[in-house]
Amino acid sequence: MAIKDLPREELMYSGAGSCPGCVDLLSLRMTLKALGPKTVLISPASCTASIATSYPKSPFGVPVLTMAFAAGGAAASGVVAALKQLGEDGVNVVVWAGDGGTYDIGLQSLSGAMERGTNFIFVCYNNEAYSNTGIQRSGATPFGAWTTTTWKGKVEQRKDMPGIMLAHRLPYVATASPSYVEDLFRKVQRAASIEGPKYLEYQIPCAPAWRFPMERTIEIGRLAVETGAWPLFEAVDGKVEFNLRSKQILEGKVQRKPIEEYLEPQGRFGHLFKPVRNETALDEIRRFLDAEWERYGKLAACGVAV
Amino acid sequence: MTTMFDVGNKIAAKAVQLCRPEVIAAYPITPQTVIVEELARMVEAGELTAEYLRVESEHSVMAATCSAASMGVRTFTATSSQGLAFMHEMLHWASLSRLPIVMINVNRTLGPGWSIWVDDTDSMSQRDTGWIQLYCSSAQEIFDTVIQSFKLAEHRDVQLPVMINYSAFTISHTMMPAEVLSQEQVDSFLPPFKPYWRLDWRNPVTFGNVLSDEYHMEKRYTMQQGMERAKQLIPEIAREYEQRFGRFHGGLIEEYRADDAEYLLLAVSAVGSEAKVAVDNLRAMGYKVGLGRVRVVRPFPDEELRRLGKGRSLIALDRNISVGSGGIVYHETRSAVLGVAGCKVYGYLCGVGGRDVTYEDIEGMALKVIKGEMHPDVVGWWDLKTAGGN
Repeated sequence: MAIKDLPREELMYSGAGSCPGCVDLLSLRMTLKALGPKTVLISPASCTASIATSYPKSPFGVPVLTMAFAAGGAAASGVVAALKQLGEDGVNVVVWAGDGGTYDIGLQSLSGAMERGTNFIFVCYNNEAYSNTGIQRSGATPFGAWTTTTWKGKVEQRKDMPGIMLAHRLPYVATASPSYVEDLFRKVQRAASIEGPKYLEYQIPCAPAWRFPMERTIEIGRLAVETGAWPLFEAVDGKVEFNLRSKQILEGKVQRKPIEEYLEPQGRFGHLFKPVRNETALDEIRRFLDAEWERYGKLAACGVAV
Repeated sequence: MTTMFDVGNKIAAKAVQLCRPEVIAAYPITPQTVIVEELARMVEAGELTAEYLRVESEHSVMAATCSAASMGVRTFTATSSQGLAFMHEMLHWASLSRLPIVMINVNRTLGPGWSIWVDDTDSMSQRDTGWIQLYCSSAQEIFDTVIQSFKLAEHRDVQLPVMINYSAFTISHTMMPAEVLSQEQVDSFLPPFKPYWRLDWRNPVTFGNVLSDEYHMEKRYTMQQGMERAKQLIPEIAREYEQRFGRFHGGLIEEYRADDAEYLLLAVSAVGSEAKVAVDNLRAMGYKVGLGRVRVVRPFPDEELRRLGKGRSLIALDRNISVGSGGIVYHETRSAVLGVAGCKVYGYLCGVGGRDVTYEDIEGMALKVIKGEMHPDVVGWWDLKTAGGN
């Protein structure tokens, strides 16, 4: 589907107070377009919960239940259970959580909801830090990134959250990027068409946290995919298939661009380049990505559920 | 009406079943587990048409319960002790969302060190979370209170969650008889839940928005109004229940031989029922002692205590402690009766951490006050095994 063919109906209106260049709400707008109005949105504490919903105003054309930070998954189970009692069929229940509400404080509740088989979609919009509270490091922050709790750069690699979700044997797990919006739209619709617990994760480049000019958000998201820092894939019943550029990389049709092209424009990695290049750290990042892509290749090739 | 002879928890589950909850979320913790086990069995056996969520923690229990209640269905859960403490954030969430959730908390000691025995600090330390708190002293009272609680919580003027508390093991696991209503009787008393608002995709509103200081104080004010109204409605609903089914356990405070009492014991739950034996024995010895069994801690029964305190000595028996302050019923009572003519308030900490409190203990505490061996400003530690006890 081309962008011009996306539904014209808006379920996310203008007026929300996001930062300039923010693709969190852009992604949410596209997600809601894909789902339609018969949707209940659950919003655990995150940027979205604070920038989009200042009483008495709301930019949403779907009902929204804001929720405690740790409780996105549990809230979905409660809403779905109530819908069953009310005899309401065909209502999409969607949790819209940041990486903190997914990787860290939200993990137990998310894991519980997935294991319970709750029929819902959990979307992690991953901007790779606690941006809302002032850019602190999370379990999703990549190695080397500056944050306000890792002034010299994070010393650990991020955890493999989609992998953790695959280990729950979900019927659908996918990654996406608002820089590839048609792919994102398609994956939301596909998730909505499948019964059971579904997991989507979007990489959300965050201009204030990642320290790049706001007008470059979409470009940075593309560079993440082109350099292999963010893979695009989907897994139906555990069988992993890579998409678009990521698929071409695995098939050897294109090379991953040098990782510096993604890192250097971002101020959060500035200390890896200035005043002197930190080759040790850059090597570590390359080693990590090489290993990841070797693993991705095996996942795609083996053709069996993980 | 039939007679059921079973442990307090099973009788509680029976009452919950008759109230037709639509969503139950649960996580196991001793000693409440029997309740949620029994409800799970009922759902699986088709004896109860509810969605039963087996969630992975108490925090998630209350999150799922709040979310289901936000969709406009009747909800129930049960917990104890560490579980209640783990829910703390979501307890505020439930009341600030004005959700009429009913929860049983079986009072149990908080660890470390681990203990499963009764202590009321778990619920008393949650008294500022905006939940109505009721304390029961028998299986029959639990049965009747569960049914009344849904009606109270769902009342338009209240719309606050209700926590029903009773003592670990001495009530939860003790076999007692209870008169059980039929489904028709409960249905005639408790109509289906009609929410005043709910999340509905046909009417897309955002709930729980960022709220400025322009509104927050007013929001708390309406909650306080709900609590004040509950002070009237708790006795009203109890009297309506009495008219229909012939049983009454007291309003905010159950008075026992209180009319001419010079000394009035104040206690909750199991200590409250044990104190009746002590009152009878002390009366037989010639002492004018009565009991005010505190059934409701939130809203706190200030007016009743002022009435009961006039010209009397009140003796608060606390099986809880706010460390650094003292017994919670004692301190709240002192605050309530400030300036009441002739009222002295004495306080004991007793049975804290689960040590048994017998009628003999209660007689001993009362006699020390009667004999002038206690000072109202100094809280006694009853049966303390190190120096400093009374």
